[in-house]
Amino acid sequence: MVTVGDVWEALAEIPDPEIPDISLVDLGVIKSVTIDGPRVRIEFTPTFMGCPALERMQIEMTAAIERVGGEAEIDVVLDDSWSTDRISPAGREKLRAAGFAPPAPRPAGKLDLVELQRGAFRCPYCGSTDTKLENIFGPTPCRSIRYCNGCRQPFEQFKTL
Amino acid sequence: MTRDRIELLLSIADDELFLGWRNSEWTGIAPFLEEDVAFSSIAQNEIGHARALYELAAAELGTTADELAFDRKPEEYRCAPLVQLRRLEWARTIARHWLYETADEIRLAALKASDDPEIAGVAAKIDREEAYHRMHAEMWIDRLLASEEGRARLNEAMDELWPYALGVLDDELRPELRRRAQERLGRTLADVEPIPRGVHEAELAELWQEMTAVRRSAPAGSQW
Repeated sequence: MVTVGDVWEALAEIPDPEIPDISLVDLGVIKSVTIDGPRVRIEFTPTFMGCPALERMQIEMTAAIERVGGEAEIDVVLDDSWSTDRISPAGREKLRAAGFAPPAPRPAGKLDLVELQRGAFRCPYCGSTDTKLENIFGPTPCRSIRYCNGCRQPFEQFKTL
Repeated sequence: MTRDRIELLLSIADDELFLGWRNSEWTGIAPFLEEDVAFSSIAQNEIGHARALYELAAAELGTTADELAFDRKPEEYRCAPLVQLRRLEWARTIARHWLYETADEIRLAALKASDDPEIAGVAAKIDREEAYHRMHAEMWIDRLLASEEGRARLNEAMDELWPYALGVLDDELRPELRRRAQERLGRTLADVEPIPRGVHEAELAELWQEMTAVRRSAPAGSQW
């Protein structure tokens, strides 16, 4: 009989389809796992709603659950419960090591352009905080582009959501 | 009640789908690379929001998001005329971008307070992403207002699109849009009749042809 622990372990092996350095568990998109006999119900909280990886994540989760002997039921939760604050500390470190600056914490109030332009965002390559916003948007919905004046390289900054 | 709920979901989903397509028209040809990336990314977000809203409506109607997005006739779409217009001119693009995102913020604030938890939840999630669109739009308004020429072109575009912008919102939310737009532009906007939802501009049919071309060319249920 499949256990909750088996399922979490299997899910922790699934790489993010776009940033394979981190897993879906690191990314914090699995809100809950419940078992009812052979049935495994996952509450899945999407990241950015236009992200093309969301469908792939569901296919991979279903396959991983089947490999440990469960029948997957993925319940997509469309509310505000996922935030970049749910990325685990290990996940943040893996992002940084892969060259993506991890997201800043979600602010209590409104997101602020002045803060994005001037804030002390750290370059993932050289560690300098002398960086500037180049573009709020980037190659995927979850990233902005910044430029590091220290090592003179552009880098990708995870957006705060 | 259910009828109203479906109407509401489809109206907003259609707005986001059409605006997403219109924004994507800058992909590859924006005035410079950073805006090419920005409008493409915004388009992707808007179409993602449309998909989520269509899924909620589809669950009630016993259909799918794709069928709602692509299998209706042009006259069945409920999107506001503002998002139907093809406006590949920069001042008009920015004027529409700001007007739509501001109207959308007002609408989302009302939906977040809804007593329907599914609607309130999805509105809160959408609003988190829209915050980035609003920052982008505000940044461009600042830029255009900073020069004589920019200000003149923006004002002309705002006057042209103003009756369309009012048509995005229901009656009770329109005064708030007027208040914000007038404050931002530092001037009075004309007292005009809104061009409401349900009006179909000629450009809608053209976009529909393009948007559904692949879908119509392949038999239902095709796998990609």
